[in-house]
Amino acid sequence: METLLQIINLSLLASMIRLSTPLILAALGGLFSERSGVINIALEGMMLSGAFTAAAATAKSGNPWLGLLCAALAGVLVACLHAVATIQFKADQVVVGTAINILFLGIPALASGAMFESTGATPQLPREQVLPDWNIPLIDRIPKLNEVLSGHKPIVYFALLMVPVTYYILFKTRFGLRLRAVGENPEAADTAGVSVARLRYAGVLVSGMLAAIGGAYLSIGQNSLFTRNMTAGRGFIALAALIFGKWHPVGAFFACLLFGVAEAISIRMQGVVQIPVQFIQIIPYVLTLIVLAGFIGRAIPPKALGIPYTKEQ
Amino acid sequence: MKDSSPSNSPSPFLPFSLSPLRELLFPLIAVVAAFLVGGIIVWMVGDSPLLVYELFFSSVFGSLDGIGYTLFYATPLIFTGLAVAVAFKCGLLNIGAEGQLTMAAFATAWVGLTLPHTNPYLVTLLAMMAAVVVGGLWSGIPGVLKAKFGAHEVITTIMMNFIAVGIVTYLTQYYYKRQGDPILETLPIAELKDGALVGPHLPRMHALLAPLGINFPERLPLNIAFLLALLMCVLVYVFLWKTKWGYELRAVGISGTAAEYGGISITRNIILAMLISGGLAGMVGINEVLGYRYRYYDGFSASYGFTGIAVALLGRNHPVGVFFAALLFGALNRSSLFIDIFTDNVSKDWVVILQAIIILFVACEAVFRGGAKRLLGGKV
Repeated sequence: METLLQIINLSLLASMIRLSTPLILAALGGLFSERSGVINIALEGMMLSGAFTAAAATAKSGNPWLGLLCAALAGVLVACLHAVATIQFKADQVVVGTAINILFLGIPALASGAMFESTGATPQLPREQVLPDWNIPLIDRIPKLNEVLSGHKPIVYFALLMVPVTYYILFKTRFGLRLRAVGENPEAADTAGVSVARLRYAGVLVSGMLAAIGGAYLSIGQNSLFTRNMTAGRGFIALAALIFGKWHPVGAFFACLLFGVAEAISIRMQGVVQIPVQFIQIIPYVLTLIVLAGFIGRAIPPKALGIPYTKEQ
Repeated sequence: MKDSSPSNSPSPFLPFSLSPLRELLFPLIAVVAAFLVGGIIVWMVGDSPLLVYELFFSSVFGSLDGIGYTLFYATPLIFTGLAVAVAFKCGLLNIGAEGQLTMAAFATAWVGLTLPHTNPYLVTLLAMMAAVVVGGLWSGIPGVLKAKFGAHEVITTIMMNFIAVGIVTYLTQYYYKRQGDPILETLPIAELKDGALVGPHLPRMHALLAPLGINFPERLPLNIAFLLALLMCVLVYVFLWKTKWGYELRAVGISGTAAEYGGISITRNIILAMLISGGLAGMVGINEVLGYRYRYYDGFSASYGFTGIAVALLGRNHPVGVFFAALLFGALNRSSLFIDIFTDNVSKDWVVILQAIIILFVACEAVFRGGAKRLLGGKV
């Protein structure tokens, strides 16, 4: 019981929210892309590009906000590469995604070597150059709740905010309707006068931006430097969350919280309980497999996902 | 039947019977273009591209060591390249070779650690079989999930990659590690005793060539697994193009519905393709555990599974192409250390970037030729 309390308490919830943040942003990003019909397994690479750019730009400028902006731009740039290859050139989306993931195993390491004379890592940022902790007015006065919800980095609130925003954009706006139409039935959308390519570009670019901001949280929020492969598969967990949440923003959000709490528990269990952490670490993947196999409700992807659209002449 | 697209296909497929020269031309352009872009990157970080190119060639072709190491590094890539190619021929993208070879390598070591070494040759043989079977099963699961439940193999194989790492690190850390060993690795299955390696293992090329009067340096880790890789190139070719099973597998890859009308089972062929693919990926474990390190060593794979995708793409999913593409990537791996040491700013990661650029070029180029059949059928 005592060990259980050591693991499950209010600070676990707070750390769940923190650890879920990069997953939420990447999963929502993936949602925009995949709802438009473009598979995005490059989330990992996009996150890495954001994490590296944020840390590098902050180290050079001393301003984490500028770093964050640069990270978002870097994500858009990487997404551009993905979009041009998959939408313009109709290259295989999975292959391009894999290439981008490999590319960003290499680029940050090479670039940090050239910029900071140390391959693989950017210099440690001083405390004042990391994104600040924000307290939420009112909530920070409510005991217990303030421990969970207040005092996080700005990106955490941004991620939480993006869940309803994404829902609203996807399901309540004309843009969202068209985006989903393009992912489900591009021929019909095209016939109705919607530009399939333009919407898919939008979907992929937004996904790059969000995933990169999620990555930036790792390097200038949670930590204060970029280290080699610091996302450690989070892009893939986000992808899993997206599927586990059945390509729905709210579903994906809860999936991210679930995977986030699994990570939080596995961190706390180290050295406390005898259950090997590896079992907790593979939970997200096993759950996603089960959902994909249709054992707990079927995850049905957008119909046109993965299929490049060729306009009929 | 020729590899040509159905006539009612909405995508502007070219027939596949392009002349061999043209088949070779496009990958060559992709590689040259990637080297040029790679050169620009070298120049951007402040080094001389010419120096890097020179280091690449001298480290690979400049010595017997260079060639030996290139072939050694190419060995796992031949296996993974073939693995991806076989799946691709059935219209599947196996990006789980990484997990399959991880499980297989551990299984290889497990057999070596568990069985008594009364007859090391038998244990070696069983360990090799374990690699193939476990690798096959690990991709067989996504195969079944795809065939029976329609779960996309790309996503399931990604998940299986992470599950494999979890299981193998768990087993290694808690059951098969030497007490107090700071490195995550199992106990050795073969050890040096009086100058001879005792325990199940595959002999190095040195031992094989010595009776023929060829003095191949003993320090080079190139071993019999390389010959196994060559054999697999031949077998995969024969299987895919000379047998009924291979014909059916390719037919499903070209058009599932058309194949089904012809009485070919999609389910059966998807599972078969994934089993073979995983078995081939699993053979990496043979090279690594029985031929090189004689133990399971955590993180031994330098993304062999993912590089296998590049190898298969560049090699046009043909065993001959896979062989040469694997040689190129093996050569890149060989040269990476030298490039790292003898330049100011270019690290080993340059080679990784180059690999990614090659994949990008090949992926986009396939479109102009209309070669990527997958574009039609893929769904997540």
